[in-house]
Amino acid sequence: MEDALLLHRLQFAFTVSFHYLFPQLTMGLALLIVIMKWLAFRTGNELYNNSARFWAKIFAFNFAIGVVTGIPMEFQFGTNWARFSVFAGGVIGQTLAMEGVFAFFLESSFLGLFLFGEKKLGQRLHFFTSVMVFIGSWLSGYFIVATNAWMQHPVAYEVGANGNLSLSSFWGLLFNPWIGWQYTHNMIGAVVTSSFVVAAIGAFYLLVHKHEEYGKVFVRIGVLAGVVASILMVFPTGDGQGKNIAFNQPPTLAAMEGLFESKEGAPLVLIGQPDMEKKRLDNPLQVPRMLSFLTYYRWGAEVKGLDAFPEKDRPTNIPLLYYSYHIMVGLGTMFIALLLAATYFLWKKKLYITRPILWMLMLAFPFPYIANTAGWMTAELGRQPWLVYALMRTPDGTSTMVSAGNTLFTLLGFGGMYFLVGVLFLFLVAKTVNQGPVAALKDH
Amino acid sequence: MEILWFCVVAFMLAMYTILDGFDLGAGILHLFVAKNDDERRIVLNAIGPVWDGNEVWLLAAGGTLYFAFPLLYASSFSGFYLPLMIVLWLLMLRGLGIELRHHLNHPMWKTFWDALFAVGSILLAVFLGAALGNVARGVPLDDHGYFFAPLWTSFTVQPEAGILDWFTVMMGGLALLTLANHGANYLAMKADGLVQQRSRKIASFTVWGVLLFAVATLAAASSIRPEIWNNYVVHPWGNIFPLLGVLGLAGMVYYNRTAQDVRAFISSSTFIGGMLASTAFGLFPNVLPASTNPKYSLTVYNTSTQGYGLSVGIVWWVIGIVLALGYFTYLFYSFRGKVKLHAEGY
Repeated sequence: MEDALLLHRLQFAFTVSFHYLFPQLTMGLALLIVIMKWLAFRTGNELYNNSARFWAKIFAFNFAIGVVTGIPMEFQFGTNWARFSVFAGGVIGQTLAMEGVFAFFLESSFLGLFLFGEKKLGQRLHFFTSVMVFIGSWLSGYFIVATNAWMQHPVAYEVGANGNLSLSSFWGLLFNPWIGWQYTHNMIGAVVTSSFVVAAIGAFYLLVHKHEEYGKVFVRIGVLAGVVASILMVFPTGDGQGKNIAFNQPPTLAAMEGLFESKEGAPLVLIGQPDMEKKRLDNPLQVPRMLSFLTYYRWGAEVKGLDAFPEKDRPTNIPLLYYSYHIMVGLGTMFIALLLAATYFLWKKKLYITRPILWMLMLAFPFPYIANTAGWMTAELGRQPWLVYALMRTPDGTSTMVSAGNTLFTLLGFGGMYFLVGVLFLFLVAKTVNQGPVAALKDH
Repeated sequence: MEILWFCVVAFMLAMYTILDGFDLGAGILHLFVAKNDDERRIVLNAIGPVWDGNEVWLLAAGGTLYFAFPLLYASSFSGFYLPLMIVLWLLMLRGLGIELRHHLNHPMWKTFWDALFAVGSILLAVFLGAALGNVARGVPLDDHGYFFAPLWTSFTVQPEAGILDWFTVMMGGLALLTLANHGANYLAMKADGLVQQRSRKIASFTVWGVLLFAVATLAAASSIRPEIWNNYVVHPWGNIFPLLGVLGLAGMVYYNRTAQDVRAFISSSTFIGGMLASTAFGLFPNVLPASTNPKYSLTVYNTSTQGYGLSVGIVWWVIGIVLALGYFTYLFYSFRGKVKLHAEGY
């Protein structure tokens, strides 16, 4: 039984983590493409239109891979988490169905028009289609976050006679207070990813002295969008999410922060390794009393540690949760530092020739992907041991009819397919980048 | 309310089959009607702007199934675990086949993705038909409403049937022929020249296969589960659905002969819609019959969620579908007429 549980969890975690690598670029890039099309409109400069066309190429296959890796997610609630689906389906089925009916139809219809219809539609309508794709993809993000937010913070439900939940308030579900910060934090995270990707390719073009006019456009857009987004990730959205967790999931806060014992004036840990046997952090670097202040706005406030909660209610993998959280925050901090430096050089009109910064921008692009993934791992590991917070524990949600053997088979299948898809994706991005903006249009 | 949502889910699955059905049909025909790069590009451009939106009907139907009938969603998806996973992988291969082909201008790259698009589409059609066959035949549900069916056992229908037995494989064959015909009609509508000619030819002989397999599966289904006729006896108005199916089939033959491609396409759409509606009508109130003990069958009543969710759902669903139909109309209208090859697109 343990085998099967671990495999169901691994399969979901693996498939959703791989899947989300693509929508984060889709959603962020959709916004940046709208900005490029708008700039083309405002300035009449064809550079911006060609930039939009270049990024639309990458957008297209990124979107396609997002779609094909996303379909298994909707089905996986049923295939591997049947008991959870029976328990909670009456509620979260609504948001998942709305995602299909409202967001997917919108983004896929207009994507067809955006990718295929530029000549047919003319510039005004084409710009409109790019806005619709942006809205569709961000709406999709909203419904998924609403689903996860409900699992983290269940609202708007009632318990039926058979123990299963059903919806009791439509607007309560859609405006779950948890969603506000989770959604904004998540979407701005996607903007960070796309900003770095755009800036990285721009930096590459400037460093190799090819397509330099485009390099400048990409670097400028990427750095400016990125610096705003990275700061917003810490405050207010990261702080908001942190407070969500602190006030509604206190064992999670303790685990994330490596706080083994409750403390008044609890420190904020910067680095340190949790030792689960000795129940302490090894070689910690901490800011005294800062965690109390950030959480409660009082330096001497008491923050509950892991010792305040029974073991069965603590997250099941505390070290992984702790590291995910710290990796996310550490990277987020570095993003701000790098982008502030880049903004400074941009302001001094020297960025395009400051090679060390360009090198860093070029090499930095994988890290937002890691940060976004670490962030989601924090959310999901943090919710443990609960599948639906305080209502259903994770081991109670699996599909009992699906054996460990079957799950292992499909996990390996996904692993293999996704590895190949990942290689293909990198190959296609490299090829598109190498061709460059205007040449890429003359493909046929 | 349960009856209404049964109709909604059936409608969405029918829309999926009619729309993505012609994408799959184009894939089934791809290697047969398109013999050079230009012709291959014509096939892909015929479905290019619309295939993704068409596929969304499956996801929207799945999501709707989830909230309206959670026990059916959970039981059928976990019970049909392996074939469902295989369908997911095939959807991946089909989608990548369409989208990645034009990103590299090398013949071997294109041949590879053409093959994946074609094989993926063929296998998908067969599996989707088999899936419907499983629902019609019934599965070994237990008293909790769950089951697990292996891919195959002995290929016999009872008692411990696998996903693939002679009946469901036959249904798979029916689906393959139907979607091949449907795709052929679509390509005849959107293409000209040799692609159109070859498509019309394929439509002309696949229709007889459809007729043959339809009669055979109907006879087989009647002997396996004679209950499918009960609703027709009690509510004779239901005969409108099989009638639509027959009319569609007649149109598929006639309009193909007279080279009226749009009407042929409407006919195959009517056939698909009519046959799926007939199946749903015969199935009701069951949504997944039990081959073990009839009282274990899943019905609209024992799998649905509570009234509030069902009531509030219909409000947003109607709004959403009206919007979606609006987008689709705009999309299909924008790309009306014959496919023209140019730099944009596939």
